[in-house]
Amino acid sequence: MSLRRAAGALLALTVLAAATASAGRSITIKGSDTMVILAQRWAEKYMAAHPGAVLQVTGGGSGTGIAALINGTTDIATASRDMKQAEKLKLRDRYQTMGIEIPVAKDGLAVYLHEQNEVESLSFEQLRDIYAAKITNWKQVGGADARITLYGRENSSGTYVLFKDVVLLGADFAPSCQTLPGTAAVVNAVAQDPNGIGYGGAAYAKGVRDCAVRRDAGGPAVLPTEATVKDGSYPLARSLFFYTRKKPEGDVKRFVDWVLSPEGQEIVTQVGYYPVQ
Amino acid sequence: MTKPRTFPPLSRFRGGRPRGETAIVGALKTNAVLAILGLVLIIVFVMKEALPILLDPETQREASLGRFLQAPAWQPVSDHPRYGLLPLIVGTLKVTLVAMAFAMPIGVLAAVFTSEFAPRRLREAIKPVVELLAGIPSVVLGFFALVVMASWLNSTLHLGTRLNALNAGIALSLAVIPTIFTVSEDALRAVPKSFREAALALGASRWQTAWFVTLPAAAAGVSAACLLGLARAVGETMIVLMASGNAAILSGSVFDSARTLSATIAAEMAEVVFGSPHYATLFFLGGLLFVTTFLVNMAAGVLVDRLRRRLGGS
Repeated sequence: MSLRRAAGALLALTVLAAATASAGRSITIKGSDTMVILAQRWAEKYMAAHPGAVLQVTGGGSGTGIAALINGTTDIATASRDMKQAEKLKLRDRYQTMGIEIPVAKDGLAVYLHEQNEVESLSFEQLRDIYAAKITNWKQVGGADARITLYGRENSSGTYVLFKDVVLLGADFAPSCQTLPGTAAVVNAVAQDPNGIGYGGAAYAKGVRDCAVRRDAGGPAVLPTEATVKDGSYPLARSLFFYTRKKPEGDVKRFVDWVLSPEGQEIVTQVGYYPVQ
Repeated sequence: MTKPRTFPPLSRFRGGRPRGETAIVGALKTNAVLAILGLVLIIVFVMKEALPILLDPETQREASLGRFLQAPAWQPVSDHPRYGLLPLIVGTLKVTLVAMAFAMPIGVLAAVFTSEFAPRRLREAIKPVVELLAGIPSVVLGFFALVVMASWLNSTLHLGTRLNALNAGIALSLAVIPTIFTVSEDALRAVPKSFREAALALGASRWQTAWFVTLPAAAAGVSAACLLGLARAVGETMIVLMASGNAAILSGSVFDSARTLSATIAAEMAEVVFGSPHYATLFFLGGLLFVTTFLVNMAAGVLVDRLRRRLGGS
């Protein structure tokens, strides 16, 4: 009996191997943790609509995805940031290309305030001073007389790096900034703290109020909405990218075209980001 | 009821051990060695990854023992990375002390009640229930502290910072109480009945017997229980990561946020650049935690040993 079972297992293995080999059209997508849910949804819908297509989606971070692209272990790298010069050079050394960058969605980074906070808008400079603990009381930016509590993300998160680069211009967060594991935890903390301020994806803002953001002190105060993120007038927005080694062709091209089609962009809205098309 | 069974003397087995038995003993020995080997390899790995702090000049330019103590802040992801450990060590001490301040009296007194005063039925109910508390995943305790307890504490005490060392410490004490309770209770139960009988015969009340005879007799075991609880509190990660706010500030107040060593490793290890000073520093923190808990556990072991000898000798 055990012999028969062994034979059965062997047969199953052979069939599996054959199936994997014959599929051959498997596309691997690796990278940004911000985009992993989005990529997963794209893959599910695409595979349902195109029988025979096989897509494998994994996260690990933008840097991991781009490294995999350079090492040739993924077809598409997803990234929530631009490819760095050093990464482009590595890609050029190996494949004589600078990589192809395809913006596939947009993500707005919202600044959260408590529902009862009177402050309507903050400029980049004010945000910078608040997160550097130079401004420590809400009355200094037109709010109530209360100490500001800072909430942020762990330094391993892409959101942390984006906020640090764009708003703080690379300066360090104040040590008094409480760092929480995950955007949901930040939203929860701000929702329960009348003096709290936090940041994270615009899609998460439940139970908190989005703060309008001004690039310059005199500039227009803009709230993160689909329109303002899409046309670039909301200053705290970033693009989400696909990167490929060379111009997509064959199955990869078909998938990328579908992602940029109205059908693919519809999913972007469903997941909580903003379409590019 | 039944007659005690007699066994042939062990010496009879010594000569001709059946071949099957040799194989079993061999397999068990291999498993024991593998378990120890695994532990040793983990220690070696952690120490090896932390070694650049002591040896590599390139790493030492950013992270060295001197810089750990001098740097005023913990800013590892920065244009000018600073790896000041003091805020983390103070944070760890703060949270641990709060946890022990709650867990020690509750755990030990609950153990005294259960072993000395509770009727047998109640005792048989209390023990499993407290041990069930030990089965609650720490992430659940952390989530409870983050969402429910922090709000309650804040609205009751009107603290400025919602997520603080007090909140994390109380949540942590929930994880530590079962350890302290179970080990203390075992130590109290191990005190020979003759001690209690002698005290009662001399006219001591039950309360006096428990407080002046049984508890002192089990003191070494109860201290060991507290030390084991301490080791658990120092190493516990998920609860403090969620409930303490994780701000790396140098502050002695338990009403301020705190960042602990364990939470720092958990939060930052995921994205750290392999082989960088930051990476080596996190492993150094791991080594520090390991040495701390190892020493505390060893002290607990010594105390338990002393208790056994003291009671056994009487």
